[in-house]
Amino acid sequence: MPSALPDGEPVPEDGALPGHALTGAAGRPLGFYLHVPYCATRCGYCDFNTYTATELRGSGGVLASRDNYAATLTEEVRLARKVLGDDPRRVRTVFVGGGTPTLLAAADLVRMLTAIREEFGLAEDAEITTEANPESVGPAYLQALREGGFNRISFGMQSARRHVLDVLDRTHTPGRPEACVAEARAAGFEHVNLDLIYGTPGESDEDWRASLDAAIGAGPDHISAYALIVEEGTQLARRIRRGEVPMTDDDVHADRYLIADEVLAAAGYRWYEVSNWAAGGRPEARCLHNELYWRGADWWGAGPGAHSHVGGVRWWNAKHPGAYAAALAQGRSPGAGRELLSEEDRRVERILLELRLREGCPLDLLRPAGAAAAARALADGLLQEAPYAEGSAVLTLRGRLLADAVVRDLVD
Amino acid sequence: MPATPKNVPEPSRTDPALIRNFCIIAHIDHGKSTLADRMLQLTGVVEQRQMRAQYLDRMDIERERGITIKSQAVRLPWAPTEGAQQGSTHILNMIDTPGHVDFTYEVSRSLAACEGTVLLVDAAQGIEAQTLANLYLAMENDLKIIPVLNKIDLPAAQPEKFSEELANLIGCEPDEVLKVSAKTGLGVEELLNKVVAEIPAPVGVADAPARAMIFDSVYDSYRGVVTYVRVVDGQLNKRERIRMMSTNATHELLEIGSNSPEMLPADGLGVGEVGYLITGVKDVRQSKVGDTITSLHKGAEEALGGYKDPKPMVFSGLYPLDGSDYPELREALDKLQLNDAALVYEPETSAALGFGFRVGFLGLLHLDVVRERLEREFGLDLIATAPNVVYRVLMEDGTEHQVTNPSEFPEGKLAEVYEPVVRATVLAPSEFIGAIMELCQTRRGVMLGMDYLSEDRVEIRYTLPLAEIVFDFFDHLKSKTRGYASLDYEPTGEQSADLVKVDILLHGDKVDAFSVITHKDQAYAYGVRLVAKLKELIPRQNFEVPVQAAIGSRVIARETIRAIRKDVLAKCYGGDISRKRKLLEKQKEGKKRMKMVGAVEVPQEAFIAVLSSDDGGGQSKGKK
Repeated sequence: MPSALPDGEPVPEDGALPGHALTGAAGRPLGFYLHVPYCATRCGYCDFNTYTATELRGSGGVLASRDNYAATLTEEVRLARKVLGDDPRRVRTVFVGGGTPTLLAAADLVRMLTAIREEFGLAEDAEITTEANPESVGPAYLQALREGGFNRISFGMQSARRHVLDVLDRTHTPGRPEACVAEARAAGFEHVNLDLIYGTPGESDEDWRASLDAAIGAGPDHISAYALIVEEGTQLARRIRRGEVPMTDDDVHADRYLIADEVLAAAGYRWYEVSNWAAGGRPEARCLHNELYWRGADWWGAGPGAHSHVGGVRWWNAKHPGAYAAALAQGRSPGAGRELLSEEDRRVERILLELRLREGCPLDLLRPAGAAAAARALADGLLQEAPYAEGSAVLTLRGRLLADAVVRDLVD
Repeated sequence: MPATPKNVPEPSRTDPALIRNFCIIAHIDHGKSTLADRMLQLTGVVEQRQMRAQYLDRMDIERERGITIKSQAVRLPWAPTEGAQQGSTHILNMIDTPGHVDFTYEVSRSLAACEGTVLLVDAAQGIEAQTLANLYLAMENDLKIIPVLNKIDLPAAQPEKFSEELANLIGCEPDEVLKVSAKTGLGVEELLNKVVAEIPAPVGVADAPARAMIFDSVYDSYRGVVTYVRVVDGQLNKRERIRMMSTNATHELLEIGSNSPEMLPADGLGVGEVGYLITGVKDVRQSKVGDTITSLHKGAEEALGGYKDPKPMVFSGLYPLDGSDYPELREALDKLQLNDAALVYEPETSAALGFGFRVGFLGLLHLDVVRERLEREFGLDLIATAPNVVYRVLMEDGTEHQVTNPSEFPEGKLAEVYEPVVRATVLAPSEFIGAIMELCQTRRGVMLGMDYLSEDRVEIRYTLPLAEIVFDFFDHLKSKTRGYASLDYEPTGEQSADLVKVDILLHGDKVDAFSVITHKDQAYAYGVRLVAKLKELIPRQNFEVPVQAAIGSRVIARETIRAIRKDVLAKCYGGDISRKRKLLEKQKEGKKRMKMVGAVEVPQEAFIAVLSSDDGGGQSKGKK
């Protein structure tokens, strides 16, 4: 989640949603995203909403500390219950992200999950994920999470090479993330993901292949691979501007992506979203929570700066943990702004999100100009022929690399 | 401050002996408008509380750019405060002249309406090339010249040096040069006295058929065309029918009068008088500068001399960025033409740019002003092609073509190509002689001569092809002389030259809007530079795009814009979606500002780049 918040209209004090947001809700899955805004150190490339101080004070002296964070977040879960009223849905997915969720005690993460279970109930086959830092977890910690109900874990591996990790300011030891996968399996986690980053300044094709091989060797059932985005305002952006490290060319990014898809496919991982691969292409190996985002389902994002979406209403919380905690302490919604999506907004979002998926987006979402653009994209080899014939726009490998360009044409 | 004199004679009943018609010749920024302001105040025609700076410059663009395009005439009553005519009320008609090289013809007509001129020169800068050119025009018209140094209150003023310079130019004594400060009003009263004392009264035949010369014609959205005239012989009376002698069109005088400085209706205008008339015509081309007006009944047989039709010298294609704005562009040009008899245009179609107009201008300033008004007053986003001159092409088979658009340059066997040439005059401090000569040589100039105006200021004269100065010559001249040089030019004819057309091909297709006609020796450098620049400015597309420069079928330069291979955001999760959608909306807006040339998206900057010649552009490569 990027740190800058969009512009929008204010959120009512009680967080109430317009009536239409819950119309037809029963037919949509509901997920929870829980944001943990703490890190031990800030990585040079990161622009997420995260803080290295353990205590942050909001207005009125309200203390937002790492130690009472689970309690603060629990208050927002209770607010969610009130706002959603008699919505009967059980929660289908929970995803704890950050920051570094595993800087909190395992018991804190379990406490937050328990709050959701108590207020909403969890679906029988609910997917419960947390992100984890390879250096801050061990067998006991993983055991505690598993026993507390977590069944999926995602480790930030990024690279197998020390010099690449150094540019990213990642402090973990190469090899540690792979060991984490084994420890997670031993603790009973069925689903394990490794996150990789390619295109870091100084990384070679060889380095990238080594990282992919190492990740595959650890045997997770899910791998995410992201091109490094150099965000404005980060340490890395400043270092690049000063010429201390080189900027990676887009063509290199393209080459690395092709390598990733080739190596991962050879090892049996199949893409199901532009940056995500699932072992054996099995649906249960996918990250169901992320699929909620991509398919326009409902999710409640709790925590500072977290974004939510329910029935065409998007809102986002106050960014600073102090301001966030202060709002909840006063019984107010921590929402800082929201937008009500128009029909056209929702159509555009469906195209831009669904086109990134293996299943693609239905051609009947397109207007005539967009449909003509789709026909051109097909002729240009950016869309696959067979799905097109059956009414879906599905990207080819080259098309995935140009997805944004295709989207710009298709929304016409 | 002297108030308005008593017993002011009215228009149509003013003894010519009491009339003084004069104009002010000055360079931009030398203080003409400020001096006019002081005269308006001193003669009491504008009350103190209504005064505003540059009172006579009506249009915003004029005021902002500090230049005067349209002239006007103001009737000022003045009783000299000393000398032989002391206390006797005279009528001073101050005729404001345009200050730029493109409007030389209009200037010459303003001068023809006067018997004398105030030569106003900045005491810190000395005379400039255009002022000198206008001064020569005034001298040719036998006008009485009153030399004046302005801004003598400035610390940087050098009145002795520049008095000497002016004295040398017009053949007077340095101490005859008046020293004023239009800003503070110092010396302005003395100047008005001198206008009465030194400028001759107009001479005309009172009982002859009326003849009045049009020296300006302005479109006013409320009143139609307001025509400014100087009556030479006879008298024009209100409500009489008049005839334009160049076209024989007849009109009724709905109103006649003078400006002081607002329009004030009168019974008529007599010999030597200056004023305005309104006939209800809606288009300045029906009331042309230089034309003679006479009475319909018992009118004059012979027109006054000196009438010319304005002839466009520089052409440029103007296209709406958004093709659907074409009707608006046509309407805007129609409106501008109401007030600009020199503006000519005809529809043209470009394969690259769609529907637009080929527009002819008197010169570069004229082009700039028109384009700026179209964009500002009419809110149009335009692409203008590189300005070009008119070529005369003789084919071996004896046929002849007038080429106003480079893309229409004929193919096949050419016998001879003629291009217009100008006589250019540059005034500058003598330390820049070398730099100026070097610049003129690279522009195919032929030196005509050089004179020292004073110890350290020179006048350099060159024959130059007009095509070489229409786009960035003046900028280069300014930068090579740290802003000190001034330029004037006048068309002197044409010359045969070794000219070729350079085409630009994008993805194999000729882009007509990028074609230029250039000298053979410069074609290669031009092609290399432009191709490099386009490579930098055109964003990478989904496919590889070759960019080539060619003369006929011979490619002289080539670059390749590599295909874009990656255009996708790596992460798109819950908190990214709003940002992503908004980014998409922004990108769509950006895309709208692109022109599709064949299958290639070309940004507006690429078209503008063809116009600029900064050398930085071609250097850096492959940044995109």
